Amino acid sequence: MENNKGRMQEYWKRNVRILFILLALWFIVSFVFGILLVDELNAIRLGGYKLGFWFAQQGSIYSFVIIIFVYVWLMNKLDREFDVHED
Amino acid sequence: MGILTWTYIIVGLTFALYIGIAIWSRAGSTKEFYVAGGGVSPLANGMATAADWMSAASFISMAGLISFMGYDGSVYLMGWTGGYVLLALLLAPYLRKFGKFTVPDFVGDRYYSRTARLVAVICAIFISFTYVAGQMRGVGIVFSRFLEVEIETGVIIGMVIVLFYAVLGGMKGITYTQVAQFCVLIFAYMVPAVFISIMLTGNPIPQLGLGSELNDGTYLLDKLDGMLTELGFAAYTDGSKATIDVFFITAALMVGTAGLPHVIVRFFTVPKVKDARMSAGYALVFIAILYTTAPAVGAFGMYNMLNTTSNQPIASMPQWVGNWGKTGLITVTDKNADGIIQYVKNADQNELAIDKDIMVLANPEIARLPNWVIALVAAGGLAAALSTAAGLLLVISTSISHDLLKNSFMPGISEKSELIAARIAATAAVVVAGYFGIYPPGFVAEVVAFAFGLAAASFFPVIIMGIFSKTMNKQGAIWGMVTGLAFTLAYISYFKFVNPAANVPENWWFNISPEGIGTLGMVLNFIVSFLISKMTPPPPAHVQDLVEDIRIPRGAVASTGAH
Repeated sequence: MENNKGRMQEYWKRNVRILFILLALWFIVSFVFGILLVDELNAIRLGGYKLGFWFAQQGSIYSFVIIIFVYVWLMNKLDREFDVHED
Repeated sequence: MGILTWTYIIVGLTFALYIGIAIWSRAGSTKEFYVAGGGVSPLANGMATAADWMSAASFISMAGLISFMGYDGSVYLMGWTGGYVLLALLLAPYLRKFGKFTVPDFVGDRYYSRTARLVAVICAIFISFTYVAGQMRGVGIVFSRFLEVEIETGVIIGMVIVLFYAVLGGMKGITYTQVAQFCVLIFAYMVPAVFISIMLTGNPIPQLGLGSELNDGTYLLDKLDGMLTELGFAAYTDGSKATIDVFFITAALMVGTAGLPHVIVRFFTVPKVKDARMSAGYALVFIAILYTTAPAVGAFGMYNMLNTTSNQPIASMPQWVGNWGKTGLITVTDKNADGIIQYVKNADQNELAIDKDIMVLANPEIARLPNWVIALVAAGGLAAALSTAAGLLLVISTSISHDLLKNSFMPGISEKSELIAARIAATAAVVVAGYFGIYPPGFVAEVVAFAFGLAAASFFPVIIMGIFSKTMNKQGAIWGMVTGLAFTLAYISYFKFVNPAANVPENWWFNISPEGIGTLGMVLNFIVSFLISKMTPPPPAHVQDLVEDIRIPRGAVASTGAH
């Protein structure tokens, strides 16, 4: 039982690490690229888009979708590794 | 056929569909009424969440706001989608594992306190009413233009429809109605966007059309920048808000999204923890279809509007100006009596006043699309408003019947009486919402922004700490919620109702507008909770075990009412 508790703490630590990395990406594509660095990135062009503007109105949203699906994939893998998956 | 005939046909067909679904999926138990029986597939739940989430504000107001705000409109795009990352990663799986019916359920059990539950109930009801008022107003606006009735009559028609399927079907009814409503609203949004994108840029995908060239070889966004700066406005891709304000508003909308009770409760309806994660992903995909199209619709709308009205003779105004003039949402005043419309930044010289809310609704007319497309947009706007209104009304009725009656004041109530109480509460909520729709406290998107600030400052921190901190106790949670809510409410009320004249950047704290203040309220909530919890006893052992339990996916049971 003690051992199992240790394993669950390890599971939670790995879970939190995944969260930190993905939330950092979430922060970068929206708050950093879309807001804080928007003027610098606007100097670069992506066709008719200025890059900062593109991140603010398109790119950040595509990134969010990818972040969630990566999370689902990583967590399903982690669940199986620690044998806490549901089926 | 005329617009009116088409509208009657298309709106009538969609309403018949919603009512049919409501009858087919009516709820027979409280579990079906509160969480649709807990057996909704992640894909269906994703669609229902998207419809639940995308409101009259998203469908009707957002593209209009973006078209007038340009870059500044990004706060809505990033804010209202970025919140799903927080939901998927920080809330949905754990709340699903917890496996009860409502957010106050979680708050009450996790913080082992009836007071905490009551504070959470008050927050939930308050947020939902603030939000639902905007939806009913949206319904009224759509009806008044497309069915040519008074806004008041429109609101009442909307009330009757929502009443029917929310009261009869509960969560089970609205889940499947929302799936249908998502299909209607996304189709209605995309058809005109695709048409207009092809007409202006030759590219059928609006997301690409926004970055494409016009017929004359200049990029659309560059052309808009040029046209707007010439008239004295800020360039479209630059915007004029302070960076700190953009940052705070975006954060408030993201965190608020993750704290909205009607969205959170949708994750109680799927069978497993991994389904909760997955359905947040599906929900964002469905939402992203509309949210990446909206900036294109906004830019196309602004370009078309400038082309057809600015510096054109009043005598030769297109038909849509007259149509919308009748609703009072467009006014043309020839101040210098030269017979030509001057649309400029300077308020003394500007001769064209356009309500931002009509940009999406009038866009197909502005682009001269066929009448059936215009009617389709009306049906889409109604689907968006009604689906969100139903989700919110359900939160209100559940809060009253489950959290207040069953878990606080009348624990002995039978299942049957609880179900009746839920239906009565839903009915009363519709009536109050309708009243706010007829006498609205502000225009649609603005009212909705308040709900977010309040959700950000009250729910989000208390749930996050409930999951990620084993030592957070009831005193900390209660005082945190009260502080966040009181601070945010006071700041918003002061600038919006008590002293609206003072609502200018010079008077704001640290340049933060009332729309963005929820972020600061959230920070205060975290700080107060932390300090108070350090000074008071830690939570009991069984609560600490509960926290450990919700962190592990295995063993998720279907949502039950057992305590």
